Amino acid sequence: MDYFFELFFSGLSKGSIYALIALGYTMVYGIIELINFAHGEIYMIGAFTALIISGILTILGFNKISILILATIGAVIYSSAYGFTVEKIAYKPLRGSSRLSPLISAIGMSIFLQNYVLLAQTPNFVSFPELIPEIKWLEPYSSFLGSTDFVIIVTTAIVLVLLTILIKFTKIGKAMRATAQNQVMAALVGVNVDKIISVTFIIGSGLAAIGGVLIGSHVGQINFYIGFIAGIKAFTAAVLGGIGSIPGAVLGGLVLGWTESFGTGYISSDYEDVFAFCLLVLILIFRPAGILGESTQQKV
Amino acid sequence: MNKKEPILDVKNISMHFGGLKAVDKLSLQVYPDEIVALIGPNGAGKTTFFNCITGIYEPTLGDVFVLRDGKKRRLNGLKPNKVTELGLARTFQNIRIFSNMTVLENVMVGRHCRTKSWVIGAILRDKKTRQEEIETIEYSYNLLEKLDLHKFANEMAKNLPYGAQKKLEIARALATDPVLLLLDEPAAGLNPQETSELKDIINKIKEEEKISILLIEHDMKLVMNISDRVYVMESGRLLAQGTPREISQNPEVIKAYLGEEHA
Amino acid sequence: MDIGGNMFEEIKKSLKVSIWFMFLTFPIMVIKVNLTDKVIIWRWKNLILVGIGSFFLSFIWRYLLERKAKKAKKEEMGIGQTSIFLKIFNNPKYAKPLYIIFLLFILAFPFIFSMYQTNIMISALIYVMLGLGLNIVVGLAGLLDLGYVAFYAVGAYSYALLNYHFHINFWLALPIGGLLAAIFGIVLGFPVLRLRGDYLAIVTLGFGEIIRLILENWDEFSFGPSGISNIPRPSLFGINLGVKESTIFIYYLIVFMSIITIFVVNRLQNSRLGRAWIALREDEIACQAMGIDKTKTKLTAFALGATWAGFGGVIFAAKTTFINPASFTFLESAIILSIVVLGGMGSIQGVILAALIMILLPEYLRAFSDYRMLIFGASMVLMMVFRPEGLIPSSRRKYEYDPTKR
Repeated sequence: MDYFFELFFSGLSKGSIYALIALGYTMVYGIIELINFAHGEIYMIGAFTALIISGILTILGFNKISILILATIGAVIYSSAYGFTVEKIAYKPLRGSSRLSPLISAIGMSIFLQNYVLLAQTPNFVSFPELIPEIKWLEPYSSFLGSTDFVIIVTTAIVLVLLTILIKFTKIGKAMRATAQNQVMAALVGVNVDKIISVTFIIGSGLAAIGGVLIGSHVGQINFYIGFIAGIKAFTAAVLGGIGSIPGAVLGGLVLGWTESFGTGYISSDYEDVFAFCLLVLILIFRPAGILGESTQQKV
Repeated sequence: MNKKEPILDVKNISMHFGGLKAVDKLSLQVYPDEIVALIGPNGAGKTTFFNCITGIYEPTLGDVFVLRDGKKRRLNGLKPNKVTELGLARTFQNIRIFSNMTVLENVMVGRHCRTKSWVIGAILRDKKTRQEEIETIEYSYNLLEKLDLHKFANEMAKNLPYGAQKKLEIARALATDPVLLLLDEPAAGLNPQETSELKDIINKIKEEEKISILLIEHDMKLVMNISDRVYVMESGRLLAQGTPREISQNPEVIKAYLGEEHA
Repeated sequence: MDIGGNMFEEIKKSLKVSIWFMFLTFPIMVIKVNLTDKVIIWRWKNLILVGIGSFFLSFIWRYLLERKAKKAKKEEMGIGQTSIFLKIFNNPKYAKPLYIIFLLFILAFPFIFSMYQTNIMISALIYVMLGLGLNIVVGLAGLLDLGYVAFYAVGAYSYALLNYHFHINFWLALPIGGLLAAIFGIVLGFPVLRLRGDYLAIVTLGFGEIIRLILENWDEFSFGPSGISNIPRPSLFGINLGVKESTIFIYYLIVFMSIITIFVVNRLQNSRLGRAWIALREDEIACQAMGIDKTKTKLTAFALGATWAGFGGVIFAAKTTFINPASFTFLESAIILSIVVLGGMGSIQGVILAALIMILLPEYLRAFSDYRMLIFGASMVLMMVFRPEGLIPSSRRKYEYDPTKR
C-alpha cells in the first residue's frame, strides 16, 4: 500500500510540474493558436537562471530560504523576459501568415535556445543545489511523500489559485479571455491586443520558470536538453486536458503525471517516455478536443 | 403540369447543432432545365442547407436524392467528393479557389472525378495518361473560353481580380461535369456590369449546357430576373415557395424579408 | 528607413534594444558558477559583445522588416515580384547549361576530391533524396509531418535486420526497405487523416519519437542503443568491393537515385495526382467539393513520401555500416523539414539547394562548427520572418495551349 501512495504522490508532484508548464502552452495556444515549441526552453532557462543565482548566493553565504526565494524570483523575471522577447522576434512578425511558418519559426527558436545555453553554459549535466529545505513534520510520511514533492504540490496549488483569481477577477484577465475568444472583437472594444499577447507569454513563462526551479531542486541536476522532453510532455498534458482550457491543462498534467508514475511503477520503467507519446497520439486521434475541451466545427 | 422526375429531391432535411436547429424539415426539388433560387435573410440557414446536401455536413434527419443516369441515388451520408462525382457541383460564399495554382490548373482540378490516372500514370506518362492529360487541358481551356477567362489561363489564381475569381469558381465547378450546379451567392460583391454578365452565364449554363441551377442569392433583381422558381427560408424553415411573382406578392415573405426596398 | 532627423530616434531604439539584451543574457552569457570549487566566473567580454552586436543587429532587423512590409504592400497592389533566382531557373536558356555543368561536376566529383569529401557528398545527396521525399508530403500535399525520420529508420533497420537474420543483400533490401516504409506511411497516415495542421505535426512528432524509443528499448528486436554493426556495403555483381571502391560505388548509386527521385517528383508535381495534392494543400474543403478523395490522396502522399525515406535509410545503413537509434532523433526530422521549407515548399531546385547548403556548409565552415546548431536554429527563424517562400520559390507549370491545333 505504501508503494501505491509513493507512486500516487510522485505522480502528483510530477503532474504538478507538467501542469505548470502546460499552462503556458495552453494560454498561448488559446490566444494566438500557436504551439510555442520554444516554451520548453523557457522552462529550462528558468532552471538555469535559478541555478546561477542560487550558485552566487550560496557562495556569498545566504541562507537556504532566501536563496530559494531570490532564485525563484530571478528565474521568473528572466523566463518572462525571454518569453516576451521570443514572442517579439519569432512570432509577432509572423502573425497572419500560414500555420506552417510560425511553427517552423518556433522549432528554430527552440533549437537556437537549446544551443545558446549549451554554448554559453555547458553541454553537461550540472548539479542543481538543494534549495528546498527538509520539512521536519513530514518525517513520518517520508517513505511515500518527500519534502520536495510536498513543496511542489503546494506551490502549484497556490500558483493555480492566484492564476484563477487573475483570469477571473481582474481587468487584465478579462481582456485575456476576450482576446482568446475573438481577437478582432477584442481589439474593437479597446483591448490592446499586442499587450495582452505579451502578457500571456509573460505569465506562461513565469509559471514555467517556477516549474524549472522546482524540478531542479527535486531531481538535483539539469542540462540544456530538459526543455525538449518536458515541453513535449507538457504539451501532451495541455492537449489531453483540452488545449486552450486552463483547468484542462492542470487536469491533463495530473493525468499524465499519474499515468507515467503508475505506468513505470507497475508496468515497466524503460518505456517511461513512451507513455506520454502514446497518450498524446491516442488523444489527438480519438478526442482531439481533450477531456475538457469543446470540439469546434469549422465554418464553411 | 410537368411531372418529370426531379434532379434533386430533398425530403425533410434537418440539421441540428446541439439544441440549435439550423435547418428544420426542409423539402425542396429542382427539376431538369430549371433555375431555382433559395433566398432568405442572413442566418436563415441557406449555406448550412447547401453543406447538408453536398456532404460537408451529414444531415441529422431527412434524405437527399439525386437523379443520375435514370436512377435515384441517396446523397446524405456520402462524402463530399462522392456527392460531386454523382453530379452536384458547388461554389462557395467566400471564394475558395486554389490560390497558388494557375487559373487553368484550378479548372483542371475540377476534372479530377472524371479522370483516372494515379501514381503509375503520373510517373510513367504512358499513352493513356498523356491522352487523358491532353483532354483535361482542352476541356478546361474550353470552359475558360466560355467564361471569357482564357486570357488568364497561366496566371496565378490569387492574382485575379475579384469578379474573375468568382467566375473561375464557376468554371471549376462546371469542369466536374455536373447535373446540378449549386451557386452560393454568386453575385456578392459584383458591380452591375459583372452581375449582368453573371446573369448571361447562368442562363447559358441552363440553356446550352443543360445543367440545372440552384442558387442562394441576396440580389433580388437577379433572382426575380432569372429564376424559374423560388424557395424562401427563414430561421431554418421553408417559409414559402413559388414563382418569382408569387413570392414577391406573398405577405409572409414580404414581412420576413422583402420589407426593404428591392426590385 | 528615413535618415536625418529620425537618426536620433533610431539610435535611441537600438540603444534600448541593446540594453535589453545585455540584461536578458546577463546570467547565462556572463556568469558561470562552479559550485564544487566555489568560484564564479565573470565573462564581461560576452556582455560587451551582446551589447554591441544587438545594437547593430537591431538596425538591420528593423530595416529588413520595413523592406518586407514595403514588398507586401507592392504585392497587394498587384505588382508581382520575381526574384533573380526564379528568373534564371525558369528560363531554359540559362537553366539548361547550369544544370548540365552542375551534373558534370557531380559526376566528376569523386575524382576531383578526396574520399572524405565524397563521403560528405554522399550524405548531402541522401538528404537531397530525403528532402524531395518529404517535399511530397509537406510541400505538395501540405501535410505537416514532423516524424519523417521514422520512415528513414524503418528503411535503415529493415536492411540491417534482414541482413542480420536472413542474409538479405543490399539490392534486395533496397526495394523491401522502400516498401516497408511505404506501409508504415499508410499505417501512420490512417489515424491522422482528420487532423488539422498543428495537431498533425505534433502527432507525427509523437510517432517519430515512439519509434525511436521502441528501437532504443526493445533490445531483443533492435539491439537497443548499441545498434547494429557490420552492415555490408552493396556488392557489384556479387563481388565485394574494398572500402574506397565501395564508397565510389555508393556515391554513383546515390547520384543515380537522386536523379530518379528528381525525375519522379517532377512528374508527380505536374500530374493529376500532383494537382490533387496541391488542391488539398490549398483548401481541403474545396478540394473535396471538386471530387477529390481526401483519404486516398493523403495516404498516397504519406506512402510515397515514406518510400523515399525508406530508400534513403537503406543506403544510409550501407554507407555507414553501423546504425543505432541515435541517428533517428527529432532533430533529424527538423533538419529534413527545414530543407523543404527553407528551400521553398514544393520547389525541387529549392530543396536540392537547401540540402546541399545545409549539409555541405557546416563541413566547410569547420571553424564555426560549435555554432552549427545555433546558426541552424537562427536561420529557421530568420527565413520564416524574412523569406517564408524559401530560397527558390516553387512555380507552377505554364501550359501552352494552341486552340488551332485541335
